[in-house]
Amino acid sequence: MGAGRGPRSVNELPVWEVFRKEKRGSAFEHAGSVVAPDADFAEAWAREQYGRRGESVALWLVPRDAIRDVEDWADEFGLKYRRVDGYSIKARLKEARERAGTAGPG
Amino acid sequence: MAAVEIPRDEQAFLEYVQAGGQVETTDWLPDDYRAKLIKFIEMHGNSELMGVLPEREWILRAPTLQRKLALTAKVQDEVGHAQLIYRVVEDLGKPREQCLADLVDGKAKFHNVFHYPTKTWGDVGVIAWLVDAAAIISQKALLKCSYAPYARIMKKICWEESFHILHGRDVILAMVTGTPEQFELVQEAVNRWWGPLMQFHGNPIPPDEDPMYLWRIKSQGNGEARQQFLDGYVPQIWELGLTVPDPKLRKRDDGEWEFSEPDWDELKHVVTGHGPKTEERLALRRRFLEQEQWVRDAVLAA
Repeated sequence: MGAGRGPRSVNELPVWEVFRKEKRGSAFEHAGSVVAPDADFAEAWAREQYGRRGESVALWLVPRDAIRDVEDWADEFGLKYRRVDGYSIKARLKEARERAGTAGPG
Repeated sequence: MAAVEIPRDEQAFLEYVQAGGQVETTDWLPDDYRAKLIKFIEMHGNSELMGVLPEREWILRAPTLQRKLALTAKVQDEVGHAQLIYRVVEDLGKPREQCLADLVDGKAKFHNVFHYPTKTWGDVGVIAWLVDAAAIISQKALLKCSYAPYARIMKKICWEESFHILHGRDVILAMVTGTPEQFELVQEAVNRWWGPLMQFHGNPIPPDEDPMYLWRIKSQGNGEARQQFLDGYVPQIWELGLTVPDPKLRKRDDGEWEFSEPDWDELKHVVTGHGPKTEERLALRRRFLEQEQWVRDAVLAA
């Protein structure tokens, strides 16, 4: 433990986010996190906590600092026409059916 | 689709979580909510860590090699739960070292059941079966916790706890199908643990007066959890020919269980650090914390 080099308390160690894959073919899902001084320690602890019972076929370990967090979703231009909630056809469908004298599809 | 805006004032935040909304570590959290979360989750972590001690005492005395291995695995799981839970507390702003220091200094609480001795192998079976059952009821009520990181790790914890209950039932079944003396060991253990078990889910304060429920940290009140425990496990106790040491215990026609009032004075006395084993077990933790300092030092030097 060199003075002034690296963390001096376990409270200052970096956080590693752990993602786990439950079975082949499924997506990686965020599982939790571990605190570790380097990738090897992080791997040892993540294996212990997220893979001991065969509950994962693969793990991803990512330093929290490396994650780019995107949470703001501006919609200044009101792009609702790109989504299903941009369309409300109920009233017009009713009108069209009345005009055609039909009760519904088929 | 625009992201859900987490309200930035306390009243609106409260309404948001009460409507089933969940929040993440990086969201704005009211100070009171954060403080309640830390208190609740830290106590849970402490309980996992202290909860292994009554069972640890039996690893060397377990009757067969298979039982020793299973018990060791269970102890390892519970310590693992403590690790996951303290990690959540750390992200909320209280360092793990501080949690451990407060615990060994007697400043923090842990669950009442872990302050009692394990007299016989029967107690070990009752702990793994009934204490874990009571705990899993509380933990399942956390799967919908308004603080999402806690809810997520609870999924993994509940999954492991289900193995523990089965292990406990297996220990109990081996004894109730054994000699009359073995059966008696189980009955005596049920008698010893019934009081603490009935106190386990806490005072029957109405959910709307329970801050942990108001913030939707837990999704049910104490009384409801106790009813669920009785409903799930009393029939399982009775079917083995065991009795419950409460003459008032019965299920009413409307499905509610009646029982003698649990000893709330005992609960308060025990969780404030005056249980029969509190001091001894905290001393053990204190000793190990000192003894294992070199591991933390080695990790920091890595």
